[in-house]
Amino acid sequence: MLGSARPGAAGLTPDASPPPPLKAESRDLSFHYGNGFKALNAITMPVHEHRVTALIGPSGCGKSTFLRCFNRMHDLYPGNRYEGAIVLHPDNTNLLADDVDPIEVRMRVSMVFQKPNPFPKSIYENVAYGLRVRGVTNKNHLDDKVEESLRGAALWDEVKQRLNEVGSNLSGGQQQRLCIARALATDPEILLFDEPTSALDPIATASIEELISELKKRVTILIVTHNMQQAARVSDYTAYMYLGELIEFDRTDTIFFKPGRKETEDYITGRFG
Amino acid sequence: MSDHTSKQFDAEMEAIRSGVLSMGGLVERQMARAIAALEEDEDAKLIDAVAADERAINQLQIAIDQQCAQIIARRQPTAVDLRIVLTVTKVVNDLERIGDEIKKVAYKAAGVRGSDRLTRIRYYDVVRMAGGAQQMLRKALDAFARLDVNEAADVVADDDDIDVAFNAVMRQLISFMMEDPRTISASLEVVFIAKAIERIGDHAKNISESVVQVVKGKDVRHATAEQIRAEVAGE
Ligand SMILES: Nc1ncnc2c1ncn2[C@@H]1O[C@H](COP(=O)(O)OP(=O)(O)OP(=O)(O)O)[C@@H](O)[C@H]1O
Ligand SMILES: [Mg+2]
Repeated sequence: MLGSARPGAAGLTPDASPPPPLKAESRDLSFHYGNGFKALNAITMPVHEHRVTALIGPSGCGKSTFLRCFNRMHDLYPGNRYEGAIVLHPDNTNLLADDVDPIEVRMRVSMVFQKPNPFPKSIYENVAYGLRVRGVTNKNHLDDKVEESLRGAALWDEVKQRLNEVGSNLSGGQQQRLCIARALATDPEILLFDEPTSALDPIATASIEELISELKKRVTILIVTHNMQQAARVSDYTAYMYLGELIEFDRTDTIFFKPGRKETEDYITGRFG
Repeated sequence: MSDHTSKQFDAEMEAIRSGVLSMGGLVERQMARAIAALEEDEDAKLIDAVAADERAINQLQIAIDQQCAQIIARRQPTAVDLRIVLTVTKVVNDLERIGDEIKKVAYKAAGVRGSDRLTRIRYYDVVRMAGGAQQMLRKALDAFARLDVNEAADVVADDDDIDVAFNAVMRQLISFMMEDPRTISASLEVVFIAKAIERIGDHAKNISESVVQVVKGKDVRHATAEQIRAEVAGE
């Protein structure tokens, strides 16, 4: 590589600043569904702290499967099997270890889904839910946390007068922000987004993307998206997956300007077929 | 570089690529005419043709730039497509500037005719320089057409030769002018021609650097010929 080999080389693209510390990493992660299907094959990938990492790849390549490993969602179905590790830093906890409680994992790593899925409860209770599960009963504490989370999700001003209305009364974009507020309430370290804007119009999409850029100051973010431009807009790192394998991982600006692998280039330039 | 799922996208990319090549063809024709104007005696028709070429080149630049803007707006190109579109806008800009410089050469050629022998001796050096610039231009366009980074690296090295030739011509003209002030006016005309040719070499070099950027994804402007050779050689 130019620049790195000859530090004095004037005019050559300078090397990017050193990557931020790791928040998590998957090490040789493989995953088998209960029917025996191996959906992920030995994925090793870093997740940098306070950065957005986008997972892209054709339908069925295993993006959602990979994302769900990070909060042990697959545990909800019998027969699913992990191999390898997902290590959470700084405490070096292997999230997949048998002696780690999946409920605890989900407190530290929260998921926001494709379709907004508010509970059939009030806006307030939707956000307070995770805290109540944790045993928080103090009204003042709940109030503070609900407000803080709704502010964090850029929804507070729109709903502060109607906290007791049911969440499903909100617009699609507002519902999605409500789900983000719910995910934030337990102070997670990582937020997982699985195609969070695919059911939203462009304006609501833009506000969620804006929110994601804001949220990365507080949390580390992993996002699955089918929208390549969205990956390019919101993420700092991009992983390209194909058939359960990680084909390429790099800084987003590298992936979208000069990816290292031809497979990646073919996919992002629309030559896949 | 073809085979997008969208055939229309393929067609649009091919259109800007072949647009650059036809623009390059025009510039090469214009350059040949300007060199003929330098070498031969007064030929007003040649100079008119050079000026007409320049206008056609300007029109092509505008048309290709618009096509690039359309592709960016409608396709949001990435990776190699993005690099090609960005490069095409730069290359057509360089070609348009080359067209301007060539026009200057042709117009100034008329001003040098009939001047004294000593000035004319330097003038032949300038004609040789023009031949060198013409070669660089041909190679740069060829490198673009075939995305050939080795040929592109050669052009960058050639530019050093043109710069050396330019400096030699300048030094000699300066001593003429100091020795005999009556040569100043004719010498200055030759200086302007030499400078225009030197600029043509610079633009041909820019085009070649753009080719390296398309293929390698590295911005090699301001790098030395040696550094570019190393980059081109490295996989
Ligand atoms: N519950 C399941 N049991 C068995 N196989 C499954 C299950 N869920 C997903 N798969 C398979 O695992 C592979 C990866 O699926 P996954 O949902 O992770 O893909 P994806 O990349 O998220 O695709 P999309 O972009 O369409 O959402 C697919 O081949 C899918 O058919
Ligand atoms: Mg999915």
